[in-house]
Amino acid sequence: MEPLSIEGTAKTPTVKFNGHEGVIEIKGRSIPENSIEFYKPLVEWLEEYSKTPLDLTQVNVQLEYFNTSSSKCILDVFKKLEAIHKGSNEVIINWYYEEDDEDMLEAGEDYESIIRVPFKMIEIVE
Amino acid sequence: MSFDVNEYYSRLKGGDVLMAFKGNISSELISNVLEVVEARMDEYNESSKIRKKVYNVLVESLQNLYHHIETLPEEMQEEFDTKFGILVVSRIEEKYRISTGNFISPDKVDILRTKIDKVNSMGKEELKDMYKFILNHQRLSEKGGGGLGLVDIARKTGNDMEYTFEKYNEDYYFFNLDVYVDMAQGTEQN
Repeated sequence: MEPLSIEGTAKTPTVKFNGHEGVIEIKGRSIPENSIEFYKPLVEWLEEYSKTPLDLTQVNVQLEYFNTSSSKCILDVFKKLEAIHKGSNEVIINWYYEEDDEDMLEAGEDYESIIRVPFKMIEIVE
Repeated sequence: MSFDVNEYYSRLKGGDVLMAFKGNISSELISNVLEVVEARMDEYNESSKIRKKVYNVLVESLQNLYHHIETLPEEMQEEFDTKFGILVVSRIEEKYRISTGNFISPDKVDILRTKIDKVNSMGKEELKDMYKFILNHQRLSEKGGGGLGLVDIARKTGNDMEYTFEKYNEDYYFFNLDVYVDMAQGTEQN
């Protein structure tokens, strides 16, 4: 299937979803006023990918900021990944956070406690 | 006598102000404000930890305004913009203060007061549980975060939110919300 690629802006993250490599990346800032609109194509892409996923899907989430409006959409993305994981394909979510950013680490742990997919918390040391 | 919005705005602008605005709250305005405040905190050499907290809390405060602001009736538009709001970011006694102000209809006063009081009364763990519950169980509304904003602000700041509701006329109250971010938690400057 066609990869999904979206260039980042001051309010929205860079998105790179590659179905052939099984690598899914969301990086940057996610603080749009209307997050549903932004995340809709991401969720739709994953819906399609979940029909024939690779044995291993690697997810890299590296956000500097995200607003509460995005937090629900990110959960929707993770729920799609959870469905793939339930279908006995391996999924791993790498949650990156900057050194000292306890709020971002905690946000990752919140998702980890809700979503049944293995998480790896990765600290970025400058 | 009705509440004097301009007098209130002038009062807020006392002290060490990073940014002050009154007028139409739009998506573009939010982008501009974020850019300015980020640059100002750079000038202060603020630690990345505090910078991020202030930025996050500012995003939530502004987007709360943006999503919930009332469209003012014509008779008030002579004096105020249609989507009128106030924002002042300042530094006061080792704290960053983010003040927002907007008109709300009288029927929303009690709902909002109850919600803020409830969030203020909760401890760290309770806030975390509440955040996770809303995140997982409530649908996102067309308007925005579905009630996560205030909980997120309380979690990130660890401080009580302060508020006032001032009667403006029969149809509107002016709602002021002050949110504080401590500077002390980031004393290890980098």
